[in-house]
Amino acid sequence: MTAVWDAIFQAGFFSSDEVQVALVVGGVVAVVSGVVGVFAVLRGQSFAGHALADVGSTGGSGAFLVGAPPMWGFLVFSVAGAALMELIGIQRARGRDLATGIVLGGALGLSALFLYEDTTVHNTTGATMTVLFGSIFAISSSLTPWVVALSAISTAGVIVCYRPLLLASVHPDLAAAAGVPVRQIGAVFLGSLSVAVALSSITIGSILSTALLIGPAATAVRLARRPGLAMLWSALIAVVSVWLGVLLAYDSYTWPPKHQAWPASFFVVAVVFLFYLGADAGVSLRARLRRPAAGQVAGDGPAPAGVSG
Amino acid sequence: MFTGFMVNTWIVASIVALIAGVVGSFVVMRGTAFAAHAIPQGAFAGAALAGLIGVDTILGLGVFSVIAALGIGWLGRRGRHDVAVALSLVVLLALGSLFLSWNTDYEPEIFSLLFGEVLGISSDQVAPTVVLAVVTIALMVVLFRPLLFSSVLPEVAEATGLSTRAMDLIFLIVLALATSMTLPVVGALLIFSLMIGPPAAARSVTANPMTALGISVVLSLVTVWVSIALAYQWNLPVGFFVGTISALWYAVGRAWLAWTRRRRRVAGDDVAEVTVQAAPLGRCRR
Repeated sequence: MTAVWDAIFQAGFFSSDEVQVALVVGGVVAVVSGVVGVFAVLRGQSFAGHALADVGSTGGSGAFLVGAPPMWGFLVFSVAGAALMELIGIQRARGRDLATGIVLGGALGLSALFLYEDTTVHNTTGATMTVLFGSIFAISSSLTPWVVALSAISTAGVIVCYRPLLLASVHPDLAAAAGVPVRQIGAVFLGSLSVAVALSSITIGSILSTALLIGPAATAVRLARRPGLAMLWSALIAVVSVWLGVLLAYDSYTWPPKHQAWPASFFVVAVVFLFYLGADAGVSLRARLRRPAAGQVAGDGPAPAGVSG
Repeated sequence: MFTGFMVNTWIVASIVALIAGVVGSFVVMRGTAFAAHAIPQGAFAGAALAGLIGVDTILGLGVFSVIAALGIGWLGRRGRHDVAVALSLVVLLALGSLFLSWNTDYEPEIFSLLFGEVLGISSDQVAPTVVLAVVTIALMVVLFRPLLFSSVLPEVAEATGLSTRAMDLIFLIVLALATSMTLPVVGALLIFSLMIGPPAAARSVTANPMTALGISVVLSLVTVWVSIALAYQWNLPVGFFVGTISALWYAVGRAWLAWTRRRRRVAGDDVAEVTVQAAPLGRCRR
């Protein structure tokens, strides 16, 4: 028993500072991403969620360049990016894809400039890698107050607006008829989303930011019928994924091919993806078993959380 | 600027711009901007793997961009399209970061793959680009009418037996081909800008899909040419210029739209008519 325990949690796992910070901060970020992500998925704003992470990274590399704290770069660019998307017109389904794309495209251009200057002028090799891929084991503990503050702002935005936001996400027309200020609610959500994404991309990198925002939420939305429950599931899946990923990355120090750690982001994404595939297979299997005669209908699956695509 | 190795650059970059302008028009029409962003970025993992095992980068890019396209199609068969794209993207990026961690001496290549390396195109890069371009153009010519039909009037197309799902997958594969060709030149991140900005601007100017396509190709050619010239002049990454000029076109397009609308309103024309006419072009997926 002890041998198995030791094989899973290798020496020093619980006493390492980096691991502790990664588990705590990663856990908090996972909860926030999981909760906010459910609405991003329900509202069809996965692209915006991903784009804001990249836009935030642009800010991060810009901050690197002028010597400002990267946190501010991520936050300012992410929020400004969201405001710009809102301005171009993200609220109409038709223009959403385009508004997001234009903002992202412009930001990537700036990114090219900033990172180029970072690597050539300032000779900070590794800036590209750090900004683009991030590392969960390199979270500086000075970020902790920021993590707390930004998590609070982001979740508060979603919780305060929960009911109107839900109605506006699932049935925009109905919400408008019921007097919900659909556009303002959408803007508040986009603000929350941008703060959550800035938080996750500064701490765990932009790949994991998108993975934790969309993966667990999409899994939960397939599993749970009620949105509240979906948020709970989503947060849980996100936290489990991060912790498992951190554990595996720690263990992988001894693995081939180079006997050096595999990136934690790889493991976290792998776990997130396996959860999604598992839920997807489970749900469609259940649907097929329940309706053996209507095999074709099963393809659409049940509409979880009361919404279909 | 127009001598020696720069000749290759001008040739390859012009082909890239042409392809981006054509394929990009359909990206904007079909509302698949996210996929257009995800496929090149996912293909980046293929380049990392190619670098690791020592095969040609173009091969890695080609294989992985097709994997990305098929992955999006497979995950999207049930469930939301944007979720399918996001998941495919993060899985491929995670693989990419794994491959990169095994191959540590790679940073300059990463940068040029992400942001483009127009100024160092060798003559043996020209031939594969031309071949891929011919294949892509041939595919576009064959698919042009059904693609246009299913982009502009998806319901009608479906009713006449043209499967939207199949067209989606075919288009994703075309996108993948275009990607593996354009990626080494303008970079994984900036192909996207080139595919979105000029076509979106063109669409603001005209509601006619053919005219929009033409304008889009012209704008994207201009973007690439100006970007190369400026990058050469100031020794800055070409991606910066491609990204900002592309976004600028869109701003110009929007300003044009606002201006003509106001003029029409002053003239007493029915504004609603213009909007209705333009509506089917901007179909967004689900």
